Amino acid sequence: MHSVSIKDLSLNFGSISVLKNLNIEVADGEFLVLLGPSGCGKSTLLNCIAGLLEISDGQIFIKGKNVTWEEPKDRGIGMVFQSYALYPQMTVEKNLSFGLRVAGLPAAEIQKRIAHAAEILQIGPLLQRKPAELSGGQRQRVAIGRALVRDVDVFLFDEPLSNLDAKLRSELRVEIKRLHHKLANTMIYVTHDQIEALTLADRIAVMKGGLIQQLDDPLTIYNKPRNLFVASFIGSPAMNFVKGEIATDNGKPVFKAADLKVSLADYAAQDKLASGHSVIFGFRPEHIAISDQSGPAGRSCEAVVDLDEPMGADSLVWLKVAGKAISVRVDSGRRYQPGEKVFLTFNPAMASLFDAGTENRL
Amino acid sequence: MSSSLSSTEPRGSRPKRFLSPTSIMIYSALLVAAIYYLIPLYVMVMTSLKGMPEIRLGNIFSPPVEVTFQPWATAWNSACTGLYCEGIKVGFFNSMKILVPSVIFSIIIASVNGYALSNWRFKGSELFFTALIFGAFIPYQVMLYPLVIITRQLGIFGTLTGVIVIHTIFGMPILTLLFRNYFVSLPPELFKAARVDGAGFWRIFLQIMLPMSLPIFVVAVILQVTGIWNDFLFGVIFAGTKNFPMTVQLNNIVNSTQGVKEYNVNMAATILTGAVPLLVYFFSGKYFVRGIAAGAVKG
Repeated sequence: MHSVSIKDLSLNFGSISVLKNLNIEVADGEFLVLLGPSGCGKSTLLNCIAGLLEISDGQIFIKGKNVTWEEPKDRGIGMVFQSYALYPQMTVEKNLSFGLRVAGLPAAEIQKRIAHAAEILQIGPLLQRKPAELSGGQRQRVAIGRALVRDVDVFLFDEPLSNLDAKLRSELRVEIKRLHHKLANTMIYVTHDQIEALTLADRIAVMKGGLIQQLDDPLTIYNKPRNLFVASFIGSPAMNFVKGEIATDNGKPVFKAADLKVSLADYAAQDKLASGHSVIFGFRPEHIAISDQSGPAGRSCEAVVDLDEPMGADSLVWLKVAGKAISVRVDSGRRYQPGEKVFLTFNPAMASLFDAGTENRL
Repeated sequence: MSSSLSSTEPRGSRPKRFLSPTSIMIYSALLVAAIYYLIPLYVMVMTSLKGMPEIRLGNIFSPPVEVTFQPWATAWNSACTGLYCEGIKVGFFNSMKILVPSVIFSIIIASVNGYALSNWRFKGSELFFTALIFGAFIPYQVMLYPLVIITRQLGIFGTLTGVIVIHTIFGMPILTLLFRNYFVSLPPELFKAARVDGAGFWRIFLQIMLPMSLPIFVVAVILQVTGIWNDFLFGVIFAGTKNFPMTVQLNNIVNSTQGVKEYNVNMAATILTGAVPLLVYFFSGKYFVRGIAAGAVKG
């Protein structure tokens, strides 16, 4: 059974269409990440699922029950917000118990649930403090606890880590993943941070302009982006793109741009590589090898180093190929000097080709 | 030589001149303004402490030779307002009877209004709000006669209830604006979190929003207390002779034409009438400023 399913969901603010006919099925216990740039509608979609925004069309099912017209409290969801949204005048304990007291649960049950949540999240010593006396990480833990005590099927996270500094963010990211393993609840998680998305998700829905661009597992999204937007949005440092066309060399398809020529014999979708087709050739910085000698014929070219950026574990070397600046990820053991001549070897099996017109993957 | 040089070189915090030309300018301007506004008060206090013979000498700036509190007692207890000679204390208690319910009712209604308009937007809520604000710009004179007829039809014209209702209504635009803007400035996610927790309209208002809004309530109380206390127009029209507020009584005392003008009594009565707003400003100054800056309060 699907835990959350969204059918033909649309949302309009006046004449502005914010979400356009979305369909998503989230499996029981799945961790789904909604990823996209700001303004793509990902938080709006989450608010619709929570029932905090009235939708214009479509249906929302949670645990097989049509909750399209239900109040947020009756949907079986818990929500965690970016700004924590803790009630400032209540202690941590009162924050956790507020929803339960509203629901009229017996005091003993409330105590039991708070103790359970406090143990899981290690916030026991903080129970009598006010939110203002907590650090950012502790506040977010309490906010997660508030969703936890509700004992719900679906957790909704609205950019929960965006207000934290980098170190805390990576710590809490691991904790959220651990929590998901422990609770095995369905989680829907909104973020604009691709590292969070790639590390946490069972599946990622990449959104843009109120539409889902691609809904797949992280590796597929990373390696086989469905269109140019997904390819350029995912990956840091970003994917390189070179515009050119498909030509034939000895009966085999090749990519041609100025003096660059790369054999496409290993590319997956051979049948789509019609000669003369105008395409964009995309390859990730780590899928190019750099060396002092020329590599295998048909997959190698000469390039001039522009500059290098050491990043600790590895370095990013910027070069000029076919008049375009491209980046290559290399081992940080060796520094490259500007103006140095090197040879690049492409790996067409790991590359992506996009139609120059439709920007869709070939 | 090198050490004497280095001592004149800039180092550490920049030295501050005690009286720079700028601060002399600022302080003298402030001093002049303060004196300008304090002179009337000074003259009033001095005059109220003098006997009539001394006042007739005409030196209004000179302090009293013989200090007397008799004018204050007269103003409070036995000054004549038209037919009655019971002093301004009648007006004081009338004003209190008008003030307390008006402030309470207007603030309760306006805070709920502001909360609803900021968090529970309904179809046409913006239009409703615009209409409410627009009401603040319509001159009172336009509305007076219709209001007289309405209150008369309701049977509350010339009563305490009547004037309280009028004050409550006329407090709405500015107070609703005040509360709405304050509630809009609170993080919307708090409201969302409370809804996910299952709290409804009143519970969110009473348990989440109210505890966070003390500063704006203080501002509203200050606005309403001073506004209603200083009101003359509504009091004289809607309250009825028996319930004339202090401002109206003061006018009657000062403008009564029988016999000698008792300047000392008039001054004392005026200071007594102005004392309430004066004290409110005096004691709430810090809160007032805090309330104005309340937009910056974070959860």
